[in-house]
Amino acid sequence: MFPPRGDLLRLAPELVLCVSGILLMLVEPFLTPARRTVLPALAALGAALALAATILPATHPGMAFSGLLRVDSFSVFVHVVVEMAALLVVFGSTDYLEREHIQHGEYYALVLFATAGMGVMASAAELMTAFVGLETSSISTYILAGYRRDAPRSDESAMKYFLLGSFATAFFLYGVALLYGATGTTQLAHMTLTSLPGAPTLLRLGLSLVFVGLAFKVAAAPFQLWTPDVYEGAPTPVTALLSSGPKVAAFALLLRILTTVDAAGSFWFWALWVSAVLTMFAGNLAALAQSSVKRMLAYSSVAHAGYILVALAAAAAADQMALGVAAVLFYLAIYALMKLGAFILVAQLGGASERHVGIDDLAGLASRQPVAAACFSLFLLSLLGLPVTAGFLGKLYIFNAALASHLVWLAVLLGLNSVIASFYYLRVVVVMYMREPHQDWAPSPMPWAVTLVLLVAAAGTLYLGLFPGRIMGFASQAALSLR
Amino acid sequence: MPPSYLLTVLTLLPLAGIPALLLLRPDDHTWIRRIALTIALVEFLLSLLLVRGFVPGTAAYQFEEFRRWIPDPPIHYHLGVDGVSLFLVLLTTFLTPVAMLSSWKSIERRVQGFFITLLVLETGMVGVFISLDLVLFFLFWEAMLIPMYFLIGIWGHERRVYAALKFILYTMFGSILMLVAIVWLYELSGTFDLPQIQTMLISGQLTLPLRTELLLFGAFFLAFAIKVPLFPLHTWLPDAHTEAPTAGSIVLAGVLLKMGTYGMVRFCVPLFPEAAHRLAPYIAVLAITGVIYGALVAMVQTDLKRLVAYSSVSHLGFVVLGIFAFNPTALQGSLYQMLNHGVSTGALFLLVGTLYDRRHTHLIAEYGGLATPMPVLAALFLFVSFSSAGLPMLNGFVGEFLILTGTFERHTAWAACAALGVIFSSVYLLWAYQRVFFGAVQERNQKLPDADLRERVVLFAMAGLILWMGIGSAVFTRRTEASARNIIEQMQRPQLYNARVASARRLDAPRTGAR
Repeated sequence: MFPPRGDLLRLAPELVLCVSGILLMLVEPFLTPARRTVLPALAALGAALALAATILPATHPGMAFSGLLRVDSFSVFVHVVVEMAALLVVFGSTDYLEREHIQHGEYYALVLFATAGMGVMASAAELMTAFVGLETSSISTYILAGYRRDAPRSDESAMKYFLLGSFATAFFLYGVALLYGATGTTQLAHMTLTSLPGAPTLLRLGLSLVFVGLAFKVAAAPFQLWTPDVYEGAPTPVTALLSSGPKVAAFALLLRILTTVDAAGSFWFWALWVSAVLTMFAGNLAALAQSSVKRMLAYSSVAHAGYILVALAAAAAADQMALGVAAVLFYLAIYALMKLGAFILVAQLGGASERHVGIDDLAGLASRQPVAAACFSLFLLSLLGLPVTAGFLGKLYIFNAALASHLVWLAVLLGLNSVIASFYYLRVVVVMYMREPHQDWAPSPMPWAVTLVLLVAAAGTLYLGLFPGRIMGFASQAALSLR
Repeated sequence: MPPSYLLTVLTLLPLAGIPALLLLRPDDHTWIRRIALTIALVEFLLSLLLVRGFVPGTAAYQFEEFRRWIPDPPIHYHLGVDGVSLFLVLLTTFLTPVAMLSSWKSIERRVQGFFITLLVLETGMVGVFISLDLVLFFLFWEAMLIPMYFLIGIWGHERRVYAALKFILYTMFGSILMLVAIVWLYELSGTFDLPQIQTMLISGQLTLPLRTELLLFGAFFLAFAIKVPLFPLHTWLPDAHTEAPTAGSIVLAGVLLKMGTYGMVRFCVPLFPEAAHRLAPYIAVLAITGVIYGALVAMVQTDLKRLVAYSSVSHLGFVVLGIFAFNPTALQGSLYQMLNHGVSTGALFLLVGTLYDRRHTHLIAEYGGLATPMPVLAALFLFVSFSSAGLPMLNGFVGEFLILTGTFERHTAWAACAALGVIFSSVYLLWAYQRVFFGAVQERNQKLPDADLRERVVLFAMAGLILWMGIGSAVFTRRTEASARNIIEQMQRPQLYNARVASARRLDAPRTGAR
């Protein structure tokens, strides 16, 4: 039986992504090694088509596949973010793969498959569908993390990611099972406290396990320990992907459950509160002590998950839900942008076999590659949350959501964390601008694809820092569409 | 009549100059300097239009500009000046070209970047003083940190990176809590617009519970107190000053420190009067401690630049005292003293910088008897020192006198203690002067050249200004008076203020009717 047309339209981006991925792998055997450069172009085309195809679900909101998927402004917003991330990662990867001699079709196919999985997570209205999306994106990223298979660190990264990720999905799945037991359904919308009298304990247990599973995925403390090793070991463009797409999708799923299941918000509130505080401090304090840019950025990802959790806690505090959700969405969008920019830049500067990813290796970058240094500073200052960058407004929205829900302490702790964070972000800026360059080696010039990614990310960071109105409008609309 | 968008022009002109600088070859130092200076001078001349169009005698914001910017939460592009901010804008536009001229020859590395940084800094500083939207204000407040950070960190002296980091960490610590307070205030009032919040407070539409008010006041005050810097939060200042290049010190002492006191006048006092009242005694104690402590520490410095830096701690203590005496005279004195300190200390740093250009040291012991090889510089240094020490006829006297009289009216003891600071300031300044310019000339100092034409032009301009501000202070106070009075009135309990407004309205009613 063929699904109805409306359902297919609502799934269009995922279909495009999967078909492009399969085509990539089919095309590859027919290409001579010299012509492999056509692969990234095809992959970019696929991602761009998926982005364009997102217009279809956007114009056809509603449930699809008998309530398995729910397409609304929220899912469309998340789709756009993860597809943009995929597109930028594709552009940012090609020169890296070329340099490491691992230019293969399956790399791009995996990126696209992972993105399709994230898309499913964003629009899942039912927990088994969410699980399928989660697994699709996770398994693809496990492989990607170990893509430099000759490098032990990359293997270690993939192994760790696979093991801990499997634990996480197991937790999630177990939670889903318990929730099913408690409520008799896996449909989020039907899952209410009152659906089965006498079930709260099971429901609580189920919700806790689901939270733990997703907390692993977003690297929220105390489940963040895998992040630095995995991020550091994975090929840097993959790290760029890991830090943006899957995180965005996992947060989207958290939000979806939080807002749809009545009990979730109030039940998760304190877990979110505590986890937010722990995550912020764990990320920022550890980042202070890093000497590798890549590892520092990994810890900073953890810290940012903490900031986003603050907004989630604000959303969970019930009365101001839309404000909190909109803040999360806006922050996710800008966070993906700046993190992608930063990691892709590190991928380029790292040089062959990622030998130069230490903070000291950036010494004097400003005098050698002014554009790269300026872009990197912009990303770092935006991650730090200084005005005129998107990071500032993102943080402002989080403050706004937190204080609207009367979470004054959480806001203050977030503020203190920004100050701690300024220390390590600014240290990198110091090294780039205030130190003399190394004499024994120089970073190679920027290829055009990387420059493009950097400029897009930098322009986006600045634009959203000055004129966030439109994107924030979409985010608010998305937040309102959740109920 | 100046155009209504003058403030936007003043804010953006320095930024608009950056592409022009970028178009030049990076090694074309002469033209980079000239063009940057031209922009700064045009900016200064334009800012003079502000004074021309400014209507004295009213506390209302003038040259107001209002545009929607971010719809939700409503953040507006709202600019305006009143008596409090008018001259601070002028101070900024005056000191920026001075800072540029001071680094004409001493900056030879990354000249292009240096002047671009100064221009960005100018935009930030002007923006801080004219923003009437809390978020916009915060935006400029924080954005300005980065150029200052680079200024110290790239073009500073040996321990520049340490000093730059210390500067930015201190400031950020205070300001992030201020951001939380700003958003909290928004949650309570529903707007980021300063005049609107003020109206709501006065009309009683918005009342803050005492605990909330104290917390909000604390968050704002901490940010400003770090910037001022108020004792005991001042420890970043000597390092930042010592390590900064001359231009950085001039701008830092001249303008950046004023942002702290400006913030207190603009936000702390009128928005949170009850909290300000309750905490004023403690703040006054800190301010007086700062006045005396700063002066005593300045006395024992062996480094000339550090001495001037500590003298700033002392002088700014006066300003804070004047603000929290809650007396129109004292507040006027504080507003005036902000300008005085900007000009005098700016000039002192400039003079120290000219000495440094010649000898590459700030140590007092390295100098001595300089009056013989460089009589002009010696005379100017003495003149500026007198101004800083508050000699009558010169600007410093007017400000300190107003602050002390105003404070004396209500708090005799405060004024008496603070007056000690005046005495100490002449001690440390004149003693330092004596050690640097009198006595036997060391051999290596004998051939030092006196001030050249560029230095003379700048220094004489500043000396002229010092003299004029000492004699013609009415030009300034006439324009600040209404605002100062208005702030003190808002300070009083709202009911009292309402009664006064109502009676004023009754008096005004027939007149407006006749018109």
